Amino acid sequence: MFSFILRRLAIAVPTLLILVVLSFILMYAAPGGPFNSERPLPAQVLANIEAKYGLDQPFWKQIVNYVWNVVVHFDFGPSFQYEDRSVNDVIAQGFPVTLTYGFWSFLLAVVVGVGLGAAAAIKQNSWLDYLAVGISIGAQVLPNFVMAPILLLIFTLWLGWLPGGGWNGGQWEYLVMPVIALSTSYMASIARITRSSMLEVLNSNFIRTAKAKGLPMRRVIFKHALKPTMLPVISYLGPAFVGMITGSVIIDIFFSTGGIGVFFVNSAFNRDYSVIMGITILVGALTILFNLVVDILYAWIDPKIRY
Amino acid sequence: MTMTKRQLMASTAAVLMLTGTAGFAQNAVPEGTELAAEQTFIYRVGDESPSYDPGKVEDVDGADVVRDLFEGLYNQNEAGELVPGVALDHTVSDDNLTYTFNLRDNAKWSNGEPVTAADFEYAWKRAASPELASPYAWFIELMSLENASAVIAGEMEPDALGVTAIDDTTLEVRLSQPLPYFPQMLTHGTTFPVLQSNVEEFGSDWTRPGNMVSNGAYVMSEFVPGERLVRTRNDQYWDNENTTLDSVTKLVIADENVALTRYLAGELDRTDVPAGQFPRLSEQYPQQAMSVPEACSYYYMFNLRDNGPEEFKDPAVRNALSMAIDRDIIVDAVLAGGQKPAYYFTHWATAGFEPPTIPMADMTQEERNAEAKALLESAGFGPDNPLTVDLVYNTSESHQAVAVAISQMWKQTLGVETTLSNQEWQTFLDARGTGDFDVARGGWCADYNEASTFLDLMQSGSGYNDSKYVNERVDELLATAKTSEDPNVQYTEIEEIIAEETPVIPIYHYAAVDMLNEQIKNWPVNNFEQNWYSKDLYKVAAE
Repeated sequence: MFSFILRRLAIAVPTLLILVVLSFILMYAAPGGPFNSERPLPAQVLANIEAKYGLDQPFWKQIVNYVWNVVVHFDFGPSFQYEDRSVNDVIAQGFPVTLTYGFWSFLLAVVVGVGLGAAAAIKQNSWLDYLAVGISIGAQVLPNFVMAPILLLIFTLWLGWLPGGGWNGGQWEYLVMPVIALSTSYMASIARITRSSMLEVLNSNFIRTAKAKGLPMRRVIFKHALKPTMLPVISYLGPAFVGMITGSVIIDIFFSTGGIGVFFVNSAFNRDYSVIMGITILVGALTILFNLVVDILYAWIDPKIRY
Repeated sequence: MTMTKRQLMASTAAVLMLTGTAGFAQNAVPEGTELAAEQTFIYRVGDESPSYDPGKVEDVDGADVVRDLFEGLYNQNEAGELVPGVALDHTVSDDNLTYTFNLRDNAKWSNGEPVTAADFEYAWKRAASPELASPYAWFIELMSLENASAVIAGEMEPDALGVTAIDDTTLEVRLSQPLPYFPQMLTHGTTFPVLQSNVEEFGSDWTRPGNMVSNGAYVMSEFVPGERLVRTRNDQYWDNENTTLDSVTKLVIADENVALTRYLAGELDRTDVPAGQFPRLSEQYPQQAMSVPEACSYYYMFNLRDNGPEEFKDPAVRNALSMAIDRDIIVDAVLAGGQKPAYYFTHWATAGFEPPTIPMADMTQEERNAEAKALLESAGFGPDNPLTVDLVYNTSESHQAVAVAISQMWKQTLGVETTLSNQEWQTFLDARGTGDFDVARGGWCADYNEASTFLDLMQSGSGYNDSKYVNERVDELLATAKTSEDPNVQYTEIEEIIAEETPVIPIYHYAAVDMLNEQIKNWPVNNFEQNWYSKDLYKVAAE
C-alpha cells in the first residue's frame, strides 16, 4: 500500500510537467496577448512591459524559467492583469473562499444525497422513493445558473433575509445561497448513484443471507449494505470534490464571492498567462491528489482490491 | 510657433477662473439640508481593476477610485470644468510651451507630510520610466511633455522629462508642442502625485491598505480583490471639513442583473441599468433611473488595407451601407437607454465641439434607403450580384443585437448578405489589428474632453486606426487644428470628409444609464467624462 502511494506520487510529477508544457503551448497558441487592448500600446511601452515580465525571451526559456521558479522558489510569478499582485496573492486570497463554500457544499451534497438515495432504495416504489427521485431529477435539471438568480430573487429581494452576495470574511449568511446553489446538482447525482447502487447491493446474495439469518433491517443496512453501496459513489466523489473546492465561476459571478473560479475564467479571457498557469497547476495537483485518495478509500472499503 | 489669440484667452481665462475660487472651498451641502445619519455610498462595478497605482491606473473604474484617493493639480466640478486641486492656478509662457503651476501650501499626505511640487515631479517621471513599464506611459506622451518619447523608449533618463519642481509650491512643466487642452488632461490619474518615500518603502505592495499614503479626500481602508474596496475619510485632507460622505464602498458584481436585484433590495446606492431595461425602470423609478451622455462613440469600421477586400475600396459601397442603417431603430428599439443616433464620429456633447451639418442627418430614412440603393447599384451590385459582408464583433449581447438589426436592414434595403461572427475579446482584437475582417465593430471613448481625442483616430499613422484609412487632407487638418484659432473649422471639415468617404460608419453616441439612490445628491450629471468625486457627494435623510 505504502509503495503504491509512493509510486502514484512519483507519477504525479511528470504528469504535472506535461500539464504545464501543454497549457503553456495552448495558451500561447491563442490569439492576442496579456497586453493587447482596444487601444494598442505604443511599441516602446509594450516592449518595456514585455521585458519586465520576461515575455521577450524565447519560448523554451520562458517555460524553463517558469518551471524553475515554481519548483525551486514556489513562486508562480506576477499577475499580468492585476499589476500589483502576484499569482500567489491571487490564489491565497481566492482559494480559501472557494475552499470554504466548496467544502460545505460537498458536505451537504454527500449527507443529503446519500440519505435521499439510500432511503429511496430501501423503500423502493413507495411515496418516499418517488419523492426522492422527483427531488433529484428536479435538482439535476435546474442548473446553478438558473438556481442562483431564483434564490436571489426569493431570499434577497422578496424576503430580505439574506445578503445578495459578497463574502465578508465568510459569515454564515453569505454562505447559505452559494452552498445551496452549488450543492444541488451534485446532491442529485449522488442520490441517483446511491439509489441504484444500493438497490443492486440489497438484491445480492450476502444481503439475502443476512436477512435469512434474521438480522434486523437496520443492522443489515448499516453493517452490511452501506459500505459496498458507497463504492461507485466514492469514485464520483473524488472529481466532484475537486470540482467544488476549485470553484464554480457561476457561483462566483452570481454571488460575488471573490472566489478563484472567476479569476480562472477572467485570466483566460485576459490572457493573464501566469494566473492561468497557477490555477491550472493547482487544479491539476488537487485532481491527482484526490484521485489517489479515492483509490486508497477503495482498498479500505473493498478487501478484494489489492495494490 | 506664434501664439494665437484663442490660446492666450483660454489660458488667461483658466487662470482667472481658478484664482476666483482659490482658497474658498465650496461646501456642496446647501444650508438646511437634513443629512442621513450614515454617510455611506455603495456602488457596483463589473470587474476588478488592474491597478490602483496612479502611475498605472488604466480603466474607468480604477480611475474613479484613484480620483478619491489622490488629488492632482486640478479637479473637475459638477459641470466638468477645472477647479483647483493641489494647484491654485497656473501661468503659461508666451510660446505656450511652459506652464508654471502655483501649488497650495496646505495640501497634506495622509501621514501628515506636506504635498510638494517634488511629489508631482517624482510621480510623472516614474509614470514615464521604462522601469515601471506602465501601460499608461503613453498618456505622458500624449501630454506632449518635453522628451517624453525618449524617456519612455529608454533613450534618456527619466530626469530629462519636462517637469521640474522649482520650489515646494511651484511646478514647472515644459511641452514639446503647444497643447491647448493641456490643463484639462491634469485631472487624469496618471498625473497625480505619489509619495516617493512610501513607494520606495513598500515596492509594488505600496498600494495595499495600511501601506498606502495618499493625498486625496479618502484613504484606502479595506481591499479584497475581486470583492470589495472601501475608502474612508482622510482626516489630513486640506478640505476635509467640507467633505460629507464618510465611507465609499466599491463592490465587484459581475452580473448586471444580479447587481440590479441587489440595488432594488437596498444593498447598493448605484448600479448600471442592463441593456433594454431603461424604459421600464425609468417609468417605475423616475427619480432613480438616469441616462446621461457618455464620452464614447459606437461605430463600424471598414477594412481599407491594400490587401483588404476590393469591394469596400469603393466609397459608394461604404456610403450605401451607412445610409441603409436606420439609427433611430438602433437607439430607440434595440438599446433604448437614451443613446443618440450618430451621423458624425465625434460625440455630440464633447466640450467646444460644434456638430457639423451632415446631409444624411437631415434626410428621412426612406430618402436614405433610396439613395443607398442607387449608390450600391452604381457600384455594380444588385439582385444578381449581391454584396456579401463579413461582420465581426466582440461577444456581447448588446453588440449582437445591434449587429443582427443592422444585417437585417442591409438585407431588406440592399439585399446584402451578411455573415455575423462574434469573437472572444482577444481574438477579436487580433482580427481587427491584423485586418482579418470586412467590417468590424468599434467603440471609442474620450481620453480628454476635446474633439481631437476622437478625430485623431482618423490620422493615417495612428495605432488606433484599425481601418488603415489614409487621407492626407485629414492628416493636415489634424495637425493644423492643434494650434488653430478655432479648431472647429478643421474638425468640421474632417467630419465632412468622413461622412463623404465613410471609412467608418458612426452608429450611435453612448449614454451612461444608471440607477442612483435618490438620497445621494450632487451627482455630476453634467460632467461629460462622468468623473465623479466622492468628496462632492452627500446623502440626505430618507423622506
